[in-house]
Amino acid sequence: MAKGKIPPEFLVERDDYKCVRCLACVRLCSYGANYYDENAKRVYTENRKCVGCHFCEAMCPTEAITVMRNPFEIKPLAHWTSEHLIDIMKQAETGGVLLTSMGNDRPYFSYFDRIVLNASQVTNPSIDPLREPMEVRTYLGRKQMKLDLEEDEEGRVLLKTEIAPQLKLEVPVMFSAMSYGSISLNAMLSLAEAAKTVGTYFNTGEGGLPKELKRYGSNMIVQVASGRFGVNVDYLNAGSAVEIKIGQGAKPGIGGHLPGEKVTEAISETRMIPVGTDALSPAPHHDIYSIEDLRQLIYAIKEATRYEKPVGVKIAAVHNVAPIAAGMVRAGADYIVIDGIRGGTGAAPKVTRDHVGIPIEFAVAVVDQRLREEGIRHMASVVVAGGIRNSADVIKAIALGADAVYIGTAALVALGCHLCQRCYLGKCNWGIATQDPKLTKRLNPEIGARRLVNLLRAWEHEIKEILGGMGINAIESLRGNRDMLRGVGLHEYELKLLGIKPAGEAW
Amino acid sequence: MIGVRKILIREEYCMGCKLCEINCVAAQVGTENLIKIFRYVPELPEPKVIVEEHDYITFALQCRNCYDASCLKACMTGAMHRDPRTGAITVNEEKCVGCWMCVMVCPFGVVKRNVKKKKVASKCDLCAERGSPACVEGCPNEALVLIEVRE
Amino acid sequence: MPYSLSSLIPDKHFRVPSACGVSGIMNTSGERFSGEVVVTSMSVMRERGNGLGAGFAAYGIYPELKDYYCFHMLYDSAYAKKNTEEYLANHYEIVESEPIPTRKNPRIKEVHILWRYFLKPKFPETVTEEDFVVSTVMFINEKIEGAFVMSSGKNMGVFKGVGFPEDIGDFYRIDEYKGYIWTAHNRFPTNTVGWWGGAHPFSILDWTVVHNGEISSYGVNKRFLESYGYKCTLMTDTEVIAYLVDLFMRRFKYSPAITAKILAAPFWKDIDSMPEEERLLYSALRMNYGGALLNGPFAIIVANRNMMMGLNDRIKLRPLVAAVKGDFLYIASEEAAIRIVCPDPEIVWAPKAGEPVVGVLRSEESVSLKV
Repeated sequence: MAKGKIPPEFLVERDDYKCVRCLACVRLCSYGANYYDENAKRVYTENRKCVGCHFCEAMCPTEAITVMRNPFEIKPLAHWTSEHLIDIMKQAETGGVLLTSMGNDRPYFSYFDRIVLNASQVTNPSIDPLREPMEVRTYLGRKQMKLDLEEDEEGRVLLKTEIAPQLKLEVPVMFSAMSYGSISLNAMLSLAEAAKTVGTYFNTGEGGLPKELKRYGSNMIVQVASGRFGVNVDYLNAGSAVEIKIGQGAKPGIGGHLPGEKVTEAISETRMIPVGTDALSPAPHHDIYSIEDLRQLIYAIKEATRYEKPVGVKIAAVHNVAPIAAGMVRAGADYIVIDGIRGGTGAAPKVTRDHVGIPIEFAVAVVDQRLREEGIRHMASVVVAGGIRNSADVIKAIALGADAVYIGTAALVALGCHLCQRCYLGKCNWGIATQDPKLTKRLNPEIGARRLVNLLRAWEHEIKEILGGMGINAIESLRGNRDMLRGVGLHEYELKLLGIKPAGEAW
Repeated sequence: MIGVRKILIREEYCMGCKLCEINCVAAQVGTENLIKIFRYVPELPEPKVIVEEHDYITFALQCRNCYDASCLKACMTGAMHRDPRTGAITVNEEKCVGCWMCVMVCPFGVVKRNVKKKKVASKCDLCAERGSPACVEGCPNEALVLIEVRE
Repeated sequence: MPYSLSSLIPDKHFRVPSACGVSGIMNTSGERFSGEVVVTSMSVMRERGNGLGAGFAAYGIYPELKDYYCFHMLYDSAYAKKNTEEYLANHYEIVESEPIPTRKNPRIKEVHILWRYFLKPKFPETVTEEDFVVSTVMFINEKIEGAFVMSSGKNMGVFKGVGFPEDIGDFYRIDEYKGYIWTAHNRFPTNTVGWWGGAHPFSILDWTVVHNGEISSYGVNKRFLESYGYKCTLMTDTEVIAYLVDLFMRRFKYSPAITAKILAAPFWKDIDSMPEEERLLYSALRMNYGGALLNGPFAIIVANRNMMMGLNDRIKLRPLVAAVKGDFLYIASEEAAIRIVCPDPEIVWAPKAGEPVVGVLRSEESVSLKV
């Protein structure tokens, strides 16, 4: 048979009148898509090589470049889209699992977009956050059902109960686990510095701890995943909390995957693996085949950290998420992380990323409800992750029952990411998902940190604005306050699972 | 006294896009419109900032405005002089006779012959007329930053 | 009545925001005085209500039967009454059972059977007497259709209904009772009503709450209380306040001051600048009891058999004035409501946001209010 060519995904259009032959695009494209022809004295693009990261477009000083999608107009078949065709062509060619990166991009229903928020009118005053105090500080960790107080001889009231270790968040948004290896050191430094400035936390991911990040310990969560890369007692004690990663939203049921292309000298040192080898984490933790095993690991880590740090457990949102979450809390987790179907990744099989897991909106609603029904909601904080795009998503997640959220993709977008989904190639032009020294230097962590701080501050302002509109001045009055939410265009069973009323219904 | 302005080169953030060179040329021509310059200015001046490259190491180099500047000592006419206001070393084109001693002695190789005007040395003057250096302003990754140092 | 009751929606199944007037008068030496005083106090705040709800709580009104729990009941039907009485008979010794005395008032349309019982609980050893009574109240309110417990404490009672305070007072013959603490409420619900249970005060055991405001954190507070076994069946803000007070002051034995600092918590910026020990205490209170923070505008008067407390929200979005004369403590929405019954108070002040005003009975040997 005649083998067809896989059509290019993008077309790079260059307005030759505007092109000043500065060749920045030629020099900068890590995929080598742009080239200069000396004879023709023109810049051309090999469209096939373009991944759609828009870096050349962003750098072109005269806006001569437009990167656009290749329409690849096959017949407009509803069931057989061009994406399906191209995937089949690729697999017919290679015989391999299709790899991809970042979050699920299937057009699943977004429940966040079908939930609307409340505001005060007449019967209670809305509060102006610019004129009145407005509090969004959040503490993550185990809480008590009852605090014992005592009075000393002078009549002063003192706290008798010992408080479990807590994470203090000035904004209820943290940076998700992204490992050294999947992202560059400069990207991690940006996250770390921003977390420190704002008063929140970043997460080392499963790639161990590069020495450059040690000084950010008071704003760092260290992760322990099934590969146990770089895990030792110093690592466990280096951060403010330890997080056991069982699964992640982008690839429930399988372990982390760092392609060998990204395993450089520095990564090999931090991960304690040979240079250039794929770092494949096992699908399960081979010491956790059951909930009681999880309890052992949690307590082993608590022993190793002298009970001074909260220990969290992260899972992907799957069908049975609520009972699993309850089990994790009972096993001793001080906080749990639920990562929804839209959670991002550095590398995952496309079929897993796109089809496994459940939307985070349902997951948080049923987990919060279940923990409350069992009377154990206070025993652990709930952190929600997976596709949080803006402050409204944060507010809705918290009102559905989350204590705080993790953002990964949103943070990377603030650092320049255009979601080309090619992290697994390690050639990220934006200097984020790469270890190539030529590319990593493109991400100046000073700029990165500044932009992340801006993003968190902007969201903080917006959250305060919405809280004020609702007539409340502390984030704890929003947490689990589903009265503040109404569904638009949702079925009865969906409303029931989310625990919210339809728009139009009063209290 | 006021601090002396200097351009700090941060090699670790230079991505080698060479936009500083383009912006330098535009600043010399005196317009921001790159397309117009490329299309209609017949003979473009040389950039006064040069991106040096070796493998992944790249950085943009322009006059360092040395404290103990060889070019000042080598200039026989006094054309090369330090602007007392900004601390930058500039060329008085009226006085320059084109002996090229400055070009010879510059340890960084950033003083050049002005090929357009005969017998005139050409070097970065921190965009004295423009106000702030075009290369710094246009650098997308802040690999060039303007700092003030106190002597 | 300016409204046709039949055209209004009963608020039994909806949460109704309402604004109101409150008044509380306490004699701290326990001397009893007629309810007429508090009716007079409320009469000058007629503008704060709209005739859709008023009520009174009185302490010390049943001295002869002070050892028995007194249930004030609202019944929709004789059937509900029969069901309730069967249930009560199984779990309590019914010492007295009688109608709550009323007087005909042309402006009050009587829609319920009003009854009171004096009860002695027959409770198992596994629970405390008070928890047993609370569970009875929860059961009746939630499970028995058409029956509602207005109050369930000893030597106290709640009288409430639909109407202006003067009319409700007249209807229940408030002037004939003598108590040492009286609190009262005049309601301005934004829609409603037709159901007397929705009026204030709200009560559990001998705790009563009258409330002016809207609790925007209702959803959070309700879920917080659920994890402690409280079922919020009435869909009103005020009910959660009553249960929160019961939880912290009765079950946890926290002082009124500490309870006030949970319900109207200090701001983090203030907590951060406190001395070490206080900072630890207040941080822990906020971290652990964040779900009990009452957010939104409110002015409340909480009472039990030996104290009365007035409290405002954290940024004082509703009025509250306090005054003292001799043994009397007055707390009301408006100064006029105090001056009409006490023209020359020794001190009058507007309590600060989140700062409680507490009057404690001097000679009461009963519940410890120690921390």
